[in-house]
Amino acid sequence: MKNPSAVAKLFGIFFKIGAFTFGGGYAMIPLIQSEVVDKNKWITEEDILDIIAIAESTPGPIAINSATFVGYKVAGFWGAVAATFGVVLPSFIIISVLSYILDLFNSVKAVKYAFFGIRAGVLALLIKALWSMYSKCPKGLAAYLLMAASFIAVALFDIGVLWVILGCAAVGIMITLFTQRGARA
Amino acid sequence: MIFLTVFLTMFKIGLFTVGGGYAMLPFIQAEVLAHGWLSEEAIINFIAVSESTPGPFAINIATYIGSHLGSEYGVWGSLFGSTCATLGVVLPSFIIILIVAQFYEKFKTNKYVKGVMSGLRPAVVGLIGAAIISMLITVFFPEGIALSVFKDMSFYITLGTAAVMTLLAFKKVHPIIIIGISAVIGIVAGYTIGLPV
Repeated sequence: MKNPSAVAKLFGIFFKIGAFTFGGGYAMIPLIQSEVVDKNKWITEEDILDIIAIAESTPGPIAINSATFVGYKVAGFWGAVAATFGVVLPSFIIISVLSYILDLFNSVKAVKYAFFGIRAGVLALLIKALWSMYSKCPKGLAAYLLMAASFIAVALFDIGVLWVILGCAAVGIMITLFTQRGARA
Repeated sequence: MIFLTVFLTMFKIGLFTVGGGYAMLPFIQAEVLAHGWLSEEAIINFIAVSESTPGPFAINIATYIGSHLGSEYGVWGSLFGSTCATLGVVLPSFIIILIVAQFYEKFKTNKYVKGVMSGLRPAVVGLIGAAIISMLITVFFPEGIALSVFKDMSFYITLGTAAVMTLLAFKKVHPIIIIGISAVIGIVAGYTIGLPV
């Protein structure tokens, strides 16, 4: 272990971040910034931008990707373990306890009624989430076609999500290589 | 072996979904329904729980699924199940980031990475759209699609709630408040007209 005190501190910081951010990944970035850049000066402001870029373009949740990356930059492998473990643990504890309680209360009439209303509210939240993902997505003919194709593939033809993901990744690579070659010629 | 299956399924989901927020939802929904682990209604209910508790959606739902599946083996089964599921969804991220951290300057500007991302970003939008359509059908037509639903009071309550909440969501009202108001509407409607739940 390179730096045991930094490893312990990373665990504490990421545990706190995991316990106090609602809404996951992006909501964590300002907190990571204040703890890791401003308070501890472990990494620089520019590093944060790199971390966001990398967390977005590697598989998995943004929260995990950024915790692992920051942990690794600050204190190597054990830093990555501590930060990742720290950010996951609060969710893990809270949901483990809640899932027990939820299963107990599931048959209560008032809870059933509440969830009847809540399901309509969740649709609203998902529509909003879809809209913000759509707004952030780079637009263009190819992007619109891929959006439509993946929607139709799953909604109408019941094609597996994994195949849609792999197919769109392949199309993305082909388009990028093709347009780059076109630009050079 | 349910514990190994849930670990491998979550590992696959963690490995093949890129992007934050609900990017994992379509894949989780597809796998969970295909295995018969939870009903679509239970997934929608859990989204509300996840929005009202700290932590990322992916971790929350993985823990919940694992705990739910392990619960037939008692408390320790629950705990082991949630550990397998959470570890499964986290591990691909962890391994990939450790590798990428070695040469991330090159990774950032790599044309293949850019290509994959330019394909995946719109794909995620389309996939989430499809996931929402499937959930809309579950919420509006719990008994299956039939014209008789237009005679049900519960259909119009759902429609009204979803419409008003969507408006509030776009006015940037906090998700927890939206869930709270929806819950109150559900309870009031439930006891006044006797919802079919």
